[in-house]
Amino acid sequence: MERFARLADTFFDLEVMRRAFADLLTEGLVNTIYISASAMLFGLAGGLVFALMAISRRWWIRLPARAYVDLFRGLPAILVILLVGLGLPTAGIRPFGRYTPAYAILALSIIAAAYITEILRAGIQSVEKGQMEAARSLGMTYLQAMWLVIVPQGVRRVLPPLTNEFIILTKDSSLLFVLGLSLGERELYRIGQQVASRTGNYSAVMLAGLFYLLITIPLTRLVNYMDTRMREGKPGAGEEEPLELDPSASVPGGRR
Amino acid sequence: MAPRVALRGLRKSFGNLEVLRGIDLEVAEGEVICVLGPSGSGKSTMLRCINFLEEPTAGSVEIDGIDPSAKGVNIDRLRQRVGMVFQQFNLFPHKTALANITLPLRRVKKLSRREAVEVAQARLADVGLANKANARPIQLSGGQQQRVAIARALALEPDVLLFDEVTSALDPELVKDVLDVMKRLASGGMTMVVVTHEMGFAREAADRVVFMDEGVIVEEAPPRELFERPRSQRLRDFLDQVL
Ligand SMILES: Nc1ncnc2c1ncn2[C@@H]1O[C@H](COP(=O)(O)OP(=O)(O)OP(=O)(O)O)[C@@H](O)[C@H]1O
Ligand SMILES: [Mg+2]
Repeated sequence: MERFARLADTFFDLEVMRRAFADLLTEGLVNTIYISASAMLFGLAGGLVFALMAISRRWWIRLPARAYVDLFRGLPAILVILLVGLGLPTAGIRPFGRYTPAYAILALSIIAAAYITEILRAGIQSVEKGQMEAARSLGMTYLQAMWLVIVPQGVRRVLPPLTNEFIILTKDSSLLFVLGLSLGERELYRIGQQVASRTGNYSAVMLAGLFYLLITIPLTRLVNYMDTRMREGKPGAGEEEPLELDPSASVPGGRR
Repeated sequence: MAPRVALRGLRKSFGNLEVLRGIDLEVAEGEVICVLGPSGSGKSTMLRCINFLEEPTAGSVEIDGIDPSAKGVNIDRLRQRVGMVFQQFNLFPHKTALANITLPLRRVKKLSRREAVEVAQARLADVGLANKANARPIQLSGGQQQRVAIARALALEPDVLLFDEVTSALDPELVKDVLDVMKRLASGGMTMVVVTHEMGFAREAADRVVFMDEGVIVEEAPPRELFERPRSQRLRDFLDQVL
């Protein structure tokens, strides 16, 4: 019984949770979403550029994209975060001044772009060759055809793995604790972890976990829903056949 | 006046495989040419060269007397003069029938939204699909999709329209509607190069029929002459098979 009480105390102390609740909600959750969503946006932009480079017929355009993807998919996220988030400013490269969240977003964006490159490349390459030919025969330039015809279709087909990538990004944002984000800039994990190290009680970390689940579980459901919809070929979902995109199976460019 | 299309000594190889082995062909304004030939004889490759989707290995392709390899010629601009309709329709599945047509009008011809919609609706009406403007390709039958594809190519007012076996992917009962549209275009003075297995269409609509085999033009003549008095054994064998 005593053992049970101690377990409950360590992980489910309602008083500790109550005190951490406001910080976790108004600071942690907000910053976690802000940082992950920004990184996703920049990751999409970067990933699109690298994906277009990766399908070029010219090797010297493909090569840098290939190298970038190999590098940042091959490195542990926390290493990139440390090097970009703390290393760059230490070396005197401070494009964002002392605003640490910007370095955090940059680090996550760099990682996300590498994974998103592979996802978008798979999507773009799944679009039938005839689409490009039809667009070109209508007088569009290569880039117009890409942007107006190929990319919109390709992106639609990889919405599930892209959403999956956002889920992973949200979870990986917890690694940003190594940057020592200061008051007001902290994300969920950092707040929970600070309470834990101060009080030796893990209830705030548990509550932080609950907030993560609040984001990730609905998104996971959404991924499954999109997958089913595409598999059943509902019009407007992915059009044509979707790629094989079961998140538990081998997602093109996906992770975990 | 320069011919609409002029192919001179056109050759095309893929690796070691020489698919086109010296094609000479001129298409005059308003002329309708049907191209026949066995599978693999290079018909599609020739059309794709006319539209610059493939680059010739040797020889030249001129549109209205303009050589795309000449200095200062923009190939994307030149391609606008050549429309193409494909066997697989190749409509943009994420756009409605109307938007399939307005997209190139707006982005390539730089028309305003209103002008583009006006033109698109008129072309849809031409192919009998005015009431399908807001349908997605997936909601249309193959024949309807192909007519939208024709309307899309027409909307850009090309000097030449290329057709690559545009009825081959259609159920038999849908072929007629598409052929009717093409016959109307032909008698309306459109310059057309039509690769087809529809001998009836070739007989009725073509000014000249070209028979290709193994990358060369074996015979060319007005339809009556070509069908009734084939000169080469290869054409006789081919006609025996398809008729
Ligand atoms: N991009 C390519 N790469 C390699 N070979 C090709 C390519 N395109 C066509 N070929 C080859 O060129 C030859 C001629 O092809 P083409 O499509 O022009 O023939 P076709 O007359 O249109 O035949 P079909 O009636 O079957 O459509 C074929 O042997 C084909 O395999
Ligand atoms: Mg062909």
